[in-house]
Amino acid sequence: MKFLTGPFSANNPVIVQILGICSALAVTVQLKPAIVMALSVTVVTAFSSLVMSLLRNGLPSRIRIIVQLVVIAALVILVDQVLKAFVYDISKQLSVYVGLIITNCIVMGRVEAFALGNKPWPAFLDGVGNGLGYGLILIIVAFFRELLGSGSLLGIRVIPESWYMAEGGFYSNCGIMLFPPMALVIVGCIIWVHRSRNKDLQEK
Amino acid sequence: MESLNIFIRSIFIDNMVFAFFFGMCSYIAVSKSVKTALGLGAAVTFVMVMTVPLNYLLNEYVLRDGALAWAGLPEVNLSFLSFIVFIATIAAFVQLVEMAVEKFSPTLYNQLGIFLPLIAVNCAIMGGSLFMQQKVDAGELTSCWQSIVYGLGSGLGWWLAIVMMAAIREKTTYSHIPAALKGPGIAFIITGLMGLAFMIFSGIQF
Repeated sequence: MKFLTGPFSANNPVIVQILGICSALAVTVQLKPAIVMALSVTVVTAFSSLVMSLLRNGLPSRIRIIVQLVVIAALVILVDQVLKAFVYDISKQLSVYVGLIITNCIVMGRVEAFALGNKPWPAFLDGVGNGLGYGLILIIVAFFRELLGSGSLLGIRVIPESWYMAEGGFYSNCGIMLFPPMALVIVGCIIWVHRSRNKDLQEK
Repeated sequence: MESLNIFIRSIFIDNMVFAFFFGMCSYIAVSKSVKTALGLGAAVTFVMVMTVPLNYLLNEYVLRDGALAWAGLPEVNLSFLSFIVFIATIAAFVQLVEMAVEKFSPTLYNQLGIFLPLIAVNCAIMGGSLFMQQKVDAGELTSCWQSIVYGLGSGLGWWLAIVMMAAIREKTTYSHIPAALKGPGIAFIITGLMGLAFMIFSGIQF
């Protein structure tokens, strides 16, 4: 059980291990692509950990990197084709970031650090846990960016029309939230809050 | 002129780090001192200049829809294989560079040692190839020469970003930062602010 829940907070891949930020932040302008991305990464991490854990005893360590890349790339191609078939709009929005799951450090990192030294079932759970831990951060960032940047959640308007200045109200959207750099600032703030609550993670 | 445009665009406007967050993991991990940042930046730029054109040729003559017309197979579309082909090219090339550097220049090998394997999984490099493919589909890149320029520009942009970041982080070692923000927290916020500053370049045309 601790393999599954550890990565949510104490050992979160994004804010504690600093892995997988590369492809994470550009998809967080809206909540919907962020959720799809989180699910895709979870699937890829879980199954690549499972497969590599099954292969771990017969694999010479010299060629393991290339084998890992092939396994991961094959899984990502599967995910990409499924996304293109069922949620084409979101797949267009995610553009190259689906392909970048291959080089997402979470996938490689968990395979190297955990799956190669553990039995298949814990490795699978570890993969699922880390994928979900990554998804959690993605969803928090996307929640704030969509709420403050466009006043909606999952495409549904939550801030009433009558509040807006155009309608004679007092409110206007914070347009800067839609720009890429704000995702980084939000992650910085999440780390700030998280580390003030978990003092043992703070750097000296 | 077209090439100059691509070059300037890929360094400043579509900067790998500030606009797309590519290569963030090594960017945060290795930007603690200017010297190592310079080494990694140089290695990434070199690999990028070589792999983007290689993948361009593969895309043009093997993967693209109708690309196999020269082999008498005009209706074959292998573009679904592009992820695996691109990553294989990059991994093989990095391996090759590693062996060549180890053989011919052991001093350089010792300096770059730990970075070279890291480069294979640096998202900036894979991202460069994937964006190149997207730009070819959109008609923005039309020749092998332009893909070299694009690779060089993107690599230099990444290099610039990591060196600037390392310089700022060296200065901040002596500043009073809240304990919980030390390390990655402040690094993220600084990068965000640098990204905002880089947005000033958007819209430059020649």
